[in-house]
Amino acid sequence: MKSICFYFQVHQPFRLRNYRFFDIGRNHSYFDDIQNAWICRRVADKCYLPTNKLMLDLIKQHNGAFKISYSISGVALDQFEKYTPEVIDSFRQLAETGCVEFLAETYTHSLAALKSKQEFIDQVKIHSRKIETLFGVKPKVFRNTELIYSDEIGNMVADMGFKAQLTEGAKHILGWRSPNYAYSHSNRKDFKLLLKNFQLSDDIAFRFSQHTWQGYPLTTEKYVDWLNNVETPQCINLFMDYETFGEHQWKETGIFEFLKHLPSRVLSHSKYTFNTPSELAETLNPVDKINVPYPISWADEERDLTAWLGNDLQDDAFDQIYELEEKIRKVDDLNFWIDWRYLQTSDHFYYMCTKWFSDGDVHKYFNHYDSPYDAYMNYANVLSDLRIRLDDALNISFLPSVEQIKSNIVRNDLLEKTETKKKKTETTKKAANKTKQPKDKEEEKPKRTRAKTTKSEK
Amino acid sequence: MFGWEYPPHITGGLGTACFGLTKAMVSQGDQVIFIVPKAYGDESTEAARIVNASDIIVDFSKEVYNEYWKNLSYIEVNSQIIPYVGVDDFYNVINNRIKQYEGIKKIEHQRKYEFSGKYGPSLLEEVERYAMVAAEIAQNYEYEIIHAHDWLTYKAGIVAKKISGKKLVIHVHATEFDRSGENINKAVYDIERFGMDNADHIVCVSDFTRNIVITRYGQDPEKVTTIYNGANSMSVQEIQNQKTVKEKVVTFLGRVTFQKGPDYFVEAATKVLQYDKNVRFVMAGSGDMLNRMVALVAKNRISQNFHFTGFLKGEDVNKMFALSDVYVMPSVSEPFGISPLEAMNANVPVIISKQSGVSEVLKYAIKVDFWDIDAMANAIYSLLHYPALSKMFIKNGKKEVESIRWDDSAQKLRNLYYKLLR
Repeated sequence: MKSICFYFQVHQPFRLRNYRFFDIGRNHSYFDDIQNAWICRRVADKCYLPTNKLMLDLIKQHNGAFKISYSISGVALDQFEKYTPEVIDSFRQLAETGCVEFLAETYTHSLAALKSKQEFIDQVKIHSRKIETLFGVKPKVFRNTELIYSDEIGNMVADMGFKAQLTEGAKHILGWRSPNYAYSHSNRKDFKLLLKNFQLSDDIAFRFSQHTWQGYPLTTEKYVDWLNNVETPQCINLFMDYETFGEHQWKETGIFEFLKHLPSRVLSHSKYTFNTPSELAETLNPVDKINVPYPISWADEERDLTAWLGNDLQDDAFDQIYELEEKIRKVDDLNFWIDWRYLQTSDHFYYMCTKWFSDGDVHKYFNHYDSPYDAYMNYANVLSDLRIRLDDALNISFLPSVEQIKSNIVRNDLLEKTETKKKKTETTKKAANKTKQPKDKEEEKPKRTRAKTTKSEK
Repeated sequence: MFGWEYPPHITGGLGTACFGLTKAMVSQGDQVIFIVPKAYGDESTEAARIVNASDIIVDFSKEVYNEYWKNLSYIEVNSQIIPYVGVDDFYNVINNRIKQYEGIKKIEHQRKYEFSGKYGPSLLEEVERYAMVAAEIAQNYEYEIIHAHDWLTYKAGIVAKKISGKKLVIHVHATEFDRSGENINKAVYDIERFGMDNADHIVCVSDFTRNIVITRYGQDPEKVTTIYNGANSMSVQEIQNQKTVKEKVVTFLGRVTFQKGPDYFVEAATKVLQYDKNVRFVMAGSGDMLNRMVALVAKNRISQNFHFTGFLKGEDVNKMFALSDVYVMPSVSEPFGISPLEAMNANVPVIISKQSGVSEVLKYAIKVDFWDIDAMANAIYSLLHYPALSKMFIKNGKKEVESIRWDDSAQKLRNLYYKLLR
């Protein structure tokens, strides 16, 4: 059996607004609703809606022979619900065909797996719940933010009951081995790993419209030939950003035409079938186990974490946001949780990367900040405000009870006096009620008692 | 090379830049004759042979001057406004200069045609005189190419070119638009334009300046090349923590003139001080906007935290940097801007305006639009409050400055010369 496994990443971060230091302590709305709505709308029109429609047509056309999978981040789903609900509907239509699998990931596309086990597990759980409520299926296969994986992360994911995880077919992990087979976790044979074939994936995702690339122009004929040339594969995992279609590769490049004709060409001119990750996880036997002591990702040449973490700004911001976890877990107010989680989205750290000072073009496309410093300053300002809010909230909830104040702060003798005073006023009130005295006289009496107490204090 | 000043007698970035460039050129095997209007005798000769234009005896009876004067006589000079603001305290300096040159003028009177006396006492007269002297020099020295730095020397360059027939390169360190905004001095603009039109090639210190030369002076882009300045290897003045105030210090250092945008610094300071009183702002330097800045500080009620030092020189500059936590250069229009490099070299994080040439080469600096007071205030606040940011700048800034080398500039310049001479 030879399989092609398509997985598409759908993600939009909640971008921060321009948050100046003079907003700290005054303005608690951090996210740029206008920009987020605008980008969401644009990408929906250019990519999500037309591509979803095309996928639906293809699935219907091939009567279940064409299968795909998605991982949609929780923050993307939140934005769709807010700004472009029709995108949710179109994904729901795809879900109904039964040929589409939805994968689990962290709710806010976060890097929590590297820092906080508790938060990582929580985020995966709420994401799975969200997918289940929206699309009616509980995810069985996991993929982490940016395909980040290590033995340790694999352990956590397997403990949560997932059968398999997707990650990068990084050369420095695989060595001579091919990514086109199923592998297993270093010490858990039942936990399978599906590795991205970055060559064939990036041919579509990055090189499709590159005029300087020797494969240009890429046709379905050429591509299926390449697929056929792969030696004895089990599965070829084509993992890419969904925004490849129509957003990273514009409609004018012919990317939609390519996609439209690819399934029929594959089915008619090769022995490949299309399968979903969970199908592969069930049917394939791992050929080997792989050791990943240090986390890998699908980014850049290095396939490591340096796009998000590593420089001082990123590390500082990353430490700071997770330092807040302890406090966050003490408050009930949902607003804190939402802000804190949205701030964990990996993109915020990506904007602070100084790696590509020299060749910033590709990355600039995804970055609305002028420089990594702007990104950091903005983020640090927001965190300052969140910290102040948190401390305020905790101070209020930690306020001792009235009884405690009475026993600790107020001297007991004073307390007794005020209590006797209270009794007095009450009795006089009662007496007043009985004798039906006019109101003004009633008011006079408490005043007099107050004057007495001040004297006695002296 | 025609220049206007040379270390140690410098009043601005021009002398420093000329020194750095010539030093690198000489170390790479080129020979440079550097001509200044007045040499004091103690100029650094490690880099170039210094020729004092004031020592050149000009025989104005020669036909060639007649010719030159005929050609140039159309230049109308009127100078109620003294055009050269490339000097700190220009009014003082110019006044001194005028005194200095009065003596020379007397000698000149004996040798002139219809030259002196026609014009008011101004720099423009010096420019003319310099050009005259250049003719003499052009005849007496051996060289292959003529290189003139900034408008003061353009005429000298042109005269030398006319006489020798050698190629002329002019080097634009600043334009009249940088110095005066839109209210340009037409006489200066004309000289600049005249120089550019007559040059075989134009070198600009940044793309920022190159754009001005192309759009405002109508030059052919083919003829204009950007060669960035380098950073002189600055002796590291290890001044141990000399902080005398416990508050953080934010510094503006430069001429207090329109070009440097001091008013934006004051406004940004006001914003920061509204939220954080534990900061002191220092404006070091003087200039024609100083009084207005003092008034603005008073008006904004921030004088408790805002200080003026007047013009700083040499050791005092280093001390100022040692005291500073942030350096701000909010220039409205800055062809290059060497002072941020000096600050970075002294381990001070810098904020520079996007309207500066140096922002094209620096990575470890926060860049803001000069008019964006909010962004500037935010950057100041962030550098003061988020140690990760300032540490990163301190860690990498110095290294970056060391990588901006005059050797690279000299190399590029030589390539350009070869292209011209081919």
